[in-house]
Amino acid sequence: MALIKITDSSFDQDVLKSTLPVLVDFYADWCGPCKMAEPILDELSEIYKGKLNLVKINVDENQATSGKYGVMSIPTTILFKDGIEIGRQVGFGGKLAFEDLIKKGMG
Amino acid sequence: MQDTIWDTAIIGSGPAGLTAGVYTTRGAASTIILGGDVWGGQLMLTSTVDNFPGFPEGVMGPDLMEKMKKQTIRFGAQFVPQNVTKVDFFVRPFVLTVDGSQFTAHSVIIATGAETKWLGVPGEKELIGRGISSCAPCDAPFFKDKYVIVIGGGDSAMEEALVLTKYAEKVTIIHRKSEFKASKVMQEKVFANSKINVIWDSEVVEVKGKIKIEEIIIKNVKKEETKTVKLDGMFVAIGHDPSSQIFKGLIDLDEKGYVVPKEGSKTNIEGVFVSGDVHDHTYKQAITAAGYGCMAAMDCLNYLTELK
Repeated sequence: MALIKITDSSFDQDVLKSTLPVLVDFYADWCGPCKMAEPILDELSEIYKGKLNLVKINVDENQATSGKYGVMSIPTTILFKDGIEIGRQVGFGGKLAFEDLIKKGMG
Repeated sequence: MQDTIWDTAIIGSGPAGLTAGVYTTRGAASTIILGGDVWGGQLMLTSTVDNFPGFPEGVMGPDLMEKMKKQTIRFGAQFVPQNVTKVDFFVRPFVLTVDGSQFTAHSVIIATGAETKWLGVPGEKELIGRGISSCAPCDAPFFKDKYVIVIGGGDSAMEEALVLTKYAEKVTIIHRKSEFKASKVMQEKVFANSKINVIWDSEVVEVKGKIKIEEIIIKNVKKEETKTVKLDGMFVAIGHDPSSQIFKGLIDLDEKGYVVPKEGSKTNIEGVFVSGDVHDHTYKQAITAAGYGCMAAMDCLNYLTELK
């Protein structure tokens, strides 16, 4: 299933106030490695359904959020729990890199 | 797929591995490509490729790789987008471990390519993705109207600098020598671009920044002087290291980690062949990698014929 798109204005509600941990994929349409990551994130969103939310945010359309978290390379995926960043993966490091990051938040 | 004994297993999915796959499948060898979860090789991190024949208008690197992958699958190659973590070349058929499962094959073509070399200076690792990057086509838009520095002197450094000028206000290339080794065409484009200037004979010794990169300390290697430069971004393009770690102790490697071929594409182990940047000190082009992939596949097909 494709990830839900969030925006600067929904970030607070969808991520920071979420009761579940949230993995946010900062991406853009022109980014090759982001496209490679997409099917894997889709797959992970199925696997972790109910335990973790996976969402994506377009950095071109939502510069406030990417700026706030110092995102200057994409894809960057940041894991949030209780409104706090608890880890990030810069670049597409493959499925295992995402799973390592997710495990941090599930513990 | 795990129960099959494949004629050929190809490790890697850049131009070398995918070209090898086109040739082995067309040579009627059952082929599995263990392409890595970050598949496609270095061209996945480029924008327009103008030096691959057959594309008079140029072609986007990721599109070219997608086409190559489709071509090899069209002839029956199985593509597994996972990493090989271990190889056993002392048994026949060979055993390749992927994410816990195992694949067996009568022959193997190594096409693992090369990975980005970082500077290895203090402060760098912490700031990768926070203003330090090795992929201008990926990250250039974050540096709109900003000041960025590119490190390197080869074609890839020139391309990074040129891509960055579309967004950045100013781009400086820092190179440790007094001339570039990039092709003339690329150098001319760089020198003709008013947004780009060059600092020669200098190298970065330290990177500083809290949330993101703020400044770097550079040293003039001739005068032994250091100075601090404030910047918004730093793009590292100083070359690549061969991806050969999993073959250590099995396949002959030289001191830099490149696979040492014996004759043509043969390695020290019969039935294991090598192609592309993992053994190429000199050329390192998409088209040479593709050529090496073809050579390895043809050597491999000969080997399989003799085996049967």
